[in-house]
Amino acid sequence: MQVPLSWYLVVAAALFCIGLYGALSRRNAIAVLMGVELMLNSVNVNLLAFWRHVEAVAGTLSGQVFAIIVITVAAAEAAVGLALVIAVYRNRRTVDVEDVDLMKF
Amino acid sequence: MNFPQVVFIIASAIALGGAVGVVTTRNLFRAALFLVLSFVGVVGLFVLLEAELLAMIQLLVYVGAISILIIFAIMLSQRLMSSEFRAQNEQWLMALVTAVILFGLLLVVLLRVNWPTSPAEVPSDAISLLGQALVSPDQFVLVFEVASVLLLVALVGAVIIARER
Amino acid sequence: MDFILNFWVEFGAWVGDLLASWGLPEWAVNLIADFAGVLILLVMGIMAVLIFTPMERKVVARMQDRPGPNRVWPYGLLQALADAIKMLTKEDIVPRNADRALHLLAPLLVAIPALLVFAVLPWGPGLIGQDLNVGILYIVAIGAIHVLAIVIAGWGSNNKYALLSAFRVVNQLLAYEIPMVLCILTVILFARTMSTQGIVEAQTIPYFVVTPVAGMIFLVCALAEANRSPVDLIEADSEMVAGYMVEYSGMKFAMFFIAEYVNMFAVAIVIATLFLGGWKFFGLEDLAPVLTPIIVFVKAVFVIFCMLWFRATFPRLRFDHLVGFAWKFLVPLSLVNLMLGALVVKLTENLWGQAGLMLLGNVVMVAVTAFILNRAARRVREAPALKRIVAVER
Repeated sequence: MQVPLSWYLVVAAALFCIGLYGALSRRNAIAVLMGVELMLNSVNVNLLAFWRHVEAVAGTLSGQVFAIIVITVAAAEAAVGLALVIAVYRNRRTVDVEDVDLMKF
Repeated sequence: MNFPQVVFIIASAIALGGAVGVVTTRNLFRAALFLVLSFVGVVGLFVLLEAELLAMIQLLVYVGAISILIIFAIMLSQRLMSSEFRAQNEQWLMALVTAVILFGLLLVVLLRVNWPTSPAEVPSDAISLLGQALVSPDQFVLVFEVASVLLLVALVGAVIIARER
Repeated sequence: MDFILNFWVEFGAWVGDLLASWGLPEWAVNLIADFAGVLILLVMGIMAVLIFTPMERKVVARMQDRPGPNRVWPYGLLQALADAIKMLTKEDIVPRNADRALHLLAPLLVAIPALLVFAVLPWGPGLIGQDLNVGILYIVAIGAIHVLAIVIAGWGSNNKYALLSAFRVVNQLLAYEIPMVLCILTVILFARTMSTQGIVEAQTIPYFVVTPVAGMIFLVCALAEANRSPVDLIEADSEMVAGYMVEYSGMKFAMFFIAEYVNMFAVAIVIATLFLGGWKFFGLEDLAPVLTPIIVFVKAVFVIFCMLWFRATFPRLRFDHLVGFAWKFLVPLSLVNLMLGALVVKLTENLWGQAGLMLLGNVVMVAVTAFILNRAARRVREAPALKRIVAVER
């Protein structure tokens, strides 16, 4: 309790916005995925901060379970996303997101 | 400014510094290493929040597995040094403005709300309670099973997508 | 007499009182005590290198019927010092196009996790760096950082053979991490706690007796995680020319070396904690708690002797055999062991009953496995010659 809840939330928000900037502004597909991982990390920090400050007194653990599931989903998404990047690289020899634009009008 | 606050500042400096390094550096391998640094900072934050099991799981899964996955993908898709290409795409300014405005809005909201806090202690056998919560039928067993099916599907899917023809 | 028997705990309390009596505030006393503890653990870790380097060379040499290094001091016991002086005086070469920061970072990242493990190893009833209640998971997570450090070492050398070797090492380490974690899970099932101190205290019967299959699988996986023979294809001199360490010279190479030996020592203590009873020795620890660190050390030396014995005895495994062994043999075996352990823990609460049932189940498992392997080997042996070659290659 010596670290107030709002500090954790501000750090999580900052991490989320940095990850958002990374996901939106980078050219390399893998760098975009790294931004997405940052955003998922910030969500985890948020969830656990709320669990500790609001829920832990009741002895329920849904915050921690939620965080574990988010880590699981992030791992699955990183695996499939990177497999897609490798497949695209093998076919088109590029990982630049601006070059993969066949479906644009 | 007591000791947990000092540790909090150090851990969040590591996490945020690593994050800034990820999104600004041009060399992709260094970006992956900055990402690992950010993960380690987040592990520090988890330990401060008295969720040690989550901290160790984060270390094991993120630093031990996802980072290696990202580094392998970088190595397998590496072209000859892309120093002549820009690292940012053409909408970087809009992205920066969006991120800054979003952070400003969140900051205003977060600092104004009167958050409820409880001074209670975490139960001492939180780990065994967590284990029971994950498999007991009136708590989270369905979520647990769905997550394992998701992992199986992702495993099979990733292998099939990245396979050599 | 009581002071001598409880020496370590009493000594710590006496130093704390001495510091407090000098007028330092509470937080300074704690800080100094913490620093002293960290320093002691670090020194103990580095001492492992000094003791085990000459021990390894002498033991392996004696098993090969030759004397081993015997120039430095009687019986060659200070050989590690001679090695250290040699490595300190070598030139530090960085390849031309290599990333200098990564080239420097990799040896540090390999050495640091090896030393971090010492924080949760129990040396006695009150003697532990920090009794985390997720101690064993901490050790596994630190092993995962080791994998990352090797990839950085391979990439930072700007040498495609080093990179290839780093890929192989990661492959091997990840493959052997899974049976290791499954065996640790089996031990946690019996001990009902993840803290290392709790696991030692729950071992009224050493877990190697309760579940020998898990103990043997863990020993093999620990050998693979520490890159020791017979699974040291990566760093053997006749193989990939020292693999991912090929572009490192001087003190950086010494760091890799130190990291390997500290890793071996830490893993040996983990095996002693999980499977051999830790600081317990048939009641000796109640009579004289001062002897508990020595008990742990003796058990760790025994495990290291077994590892050196394996090195001197077995031929090296080919890489695809290595990885196939982990995925196709060790993972199903340790999964079956885990399920058996879960069943036994639910069937009876009494530890002797659990131990008996588990031992019986392990014997049955080993017999069934031997039978299946025998039949498969017979099928390969009695096949016509061409099919035999193809079958063994697969």
